[in-house]
Amino acid sequence: MRLSIAEALRSAIAEEMRRDPAVFCLGEDIGVPGGWGGAFTVTLGLEKEFQDRMIDTPISENGFFGVATGAAILGMRPIVDVQYGDFLLCAMDQIHSNASMLRYMSGGAVKVPMVMRAPVGATGRGAQHARNTERFFVGAPGIKVVAPSTAYDAKGLLKAAVRDDNPVMIFEHKLLYGSKGARAETGTVDATSEIPDEDYVVPLGTAAIRRQGTQVTILAWLLMAHFSLTAAQQLETEGIDAEVVDVRSLSPFDYDTIGESVRKTGRVVIVEEGPKTGGIAAELAAGIMERFGDSLLAPIERVASPDIPAPFAPVLENAYRPSPQRICEAARRLL
Amino acid sequence: MNQERLYISLERLTPYSKEFLLGLYERMALIREFEEQVKYLFLAGSMPGTIHQCQGQEATAVGVCSALAPQDYITSTHRPHGHALAKGLTPLEILTELFGKGTGCCKGKGGSMHIGNMEKGMPPAIAIVAGGIPIATGMALANKMQKRQEVVACFFGDGATSEGAFHEGVNMGAIWNLPVIYVCENNFYGASTHVSKVTRKESVIDRASGYGIPGHTIEGNDVLAVYEATRQAAEECRKGRGPVLLELLTYRMTGHSRRDPCLYQPKEEREAWGRRDPIEVLGRGLVLRDDIQESDLERIRNKVNQEIMDAIEDARQEPEPTLADLTTDVYA
Repeated sequence: MRLSIAEALRSAIAEEMRRDPAVFCLGEDIGVPGGWGGAFTVTLGLEKEFQDRMIDTPISENGFFGVATGAAILGMRPIVDVQYGDFLLCAMDQIHSNASMLRYMSGGAVKVPMVMRAPVGATGRGAQHARNTERFFVGAPGIKVVAPSTAYDAKGLLKAAVRDDNPVMIFEHKLLYGSKGARAETGTVDATSEIPDEDYVVPLGTAAIRRQGTQVTILAWLLMAHFSLTAAQQLETEGIDAEVVDVRSLSPFDYDTIGESVRKTGRVVIVEEGPKTGGIAAELAAGIMERFGDSLLAPIERVASPDIPAPFAPVLENAYRPSPQRICEAARRLL
Repeated sequence: MNQERLYISLERLTPYSKEFLLGLYERMALIREFEEQVKYLFLAGSMPGTIHQCQGQEATAVGVCSALAPQDYITSTHRPHGHALAKGLTPLEILTELFGKGTGCCKGKGGSMHIGNMEKGMPPAIAIVAGGIPIATGMALANKMQKRQEVVACFFGDGATSEGAFHEGVNMGAIWNLPVIYVCENNFYGASTHVSKVTRKESVIDRASGYGIPGHTIEGNDVLAVYEATRQAAEECRKGRGPVLLELLTYRMTGHSRRDPCLYQPKEEREAWGRRDPIEVLGRGLVLRDDIQESDLERIRNKVNQEIMDAIEDARQEPEPTLADLTTDVYA
């Protein structure tokens, strides 16, 4: 069946809740009859089947991420929903000081099996509903971070996350959900996939080669993975053979897959939506230099947003968000 | 401040067995002795890190934990030694952790501010002020969803009631009727700042009505009063009528941390609270009973002294963590 990311996530959540009574959802507006199923319809209608396990919270992000953590250490497996990735910043203390650290602080006695879901990306809402907050969770020991760009991955990664015994953050892109009706987004990019009927997981910690190529490796995730594929098609017409790697796992990075590609091409473009300074691309670039620097034929290129808050005006927002054209320009500079 | 020396009346002690009452006395004396010896070790330079101690607050820890079943849970704070000992952690497993040994209750990875033992119902103490309040709420939610009878007693100080996490956590406990007892140990100071400077309310307990939950202010240096209030609160929780907020009035008879000389605590105030030392409050009452003599109490004090001294010697002998342990226990 062909599903959007929102639908794929919904079916993953429903299947995991059927499989394991310890799984439950916690968040704002997630299970209100007549409501939206969260900000982007992911949990729409689930309250009909799981009356006691779709828990609508007050607008208390720090509080309910702590509640999820407390429930997780006593054997529940919460899936916590935050409406916008920006709101994770309200919950930083509970995520960074408790969810990620309790296991180490306890000398391995405590497990925190929880999933945190957060939509990111600049989408016509101005600065405070736009940030790519992935960067604030890469480099937080104890948390795993994934960022699916297709419906197939979204379902498989969410299932893997629910079954993992650690806190796993899933970043989702608002322009990739394929949300419908009143929650549809302008500028949506098709991220639907054929979803198999049978149960499957996509292992955490793995990257995916989206396009084979020999001359330059383009590393990207979420919306930028799609833009990179568009750029690769353009580059092909110019005689440049680009490989596109969907990084997909932001913590840990899959340096095996990334390294194989880098050793093959010797040239790297890293694409990131969000300010360039202090971003994930910086960490990736350093990690690649340390591991595969000998294989590089040219300096690593980063394509990212300028160091500004996300602007509102569509013309400015489009300039903020890296475009396929800018990705092509970076690749051309390397060849 | 009352000039009288507070004590628990014979009438209130009579319904309880000698063993139970001496047990309360022994547990409080153990905590006092533990903290005094740790303070000495720290000042002598033989214990690493920093310490936040609870001399003067023994009755809140012991009163609450004595009213809980062994399988019930607590959450604690940056000042957790008393809570841990009251919940049944041994002096040895805590001291070993405080010395940074690899066999401590957190394998040397937690330290003073994060001691805990899940098997004894205590997750690692959470040292971000009020950080444990949403955690305790979530633990209570798990108990409720799994239809278990356990309750959670969530310790925090007066300072925590100014944190958003307090509001968010207590509010969620309230709207979901969770089996959690929010235990505010009001020692009147958040670090060095007096509670009157950070709130216009006279009492923390006024907050309870804001969340639509019952709340009670208790003489926190009266271990029996704390025990009885907690028992009642736990019963309410087990009947599905939680949460309950308890405000336990007490006093820190030591520094906030390390070498704090407490110059901000007025001398008269300290002396007045000295007359309400929780161990003496119970002890003065106990000797009014026919079956308890001062010599019984002295014997207990000697016993706990020996227990702590032995534990210190044993803890010193424990091995350091190995460097191979540095990067383990990050992920499950």
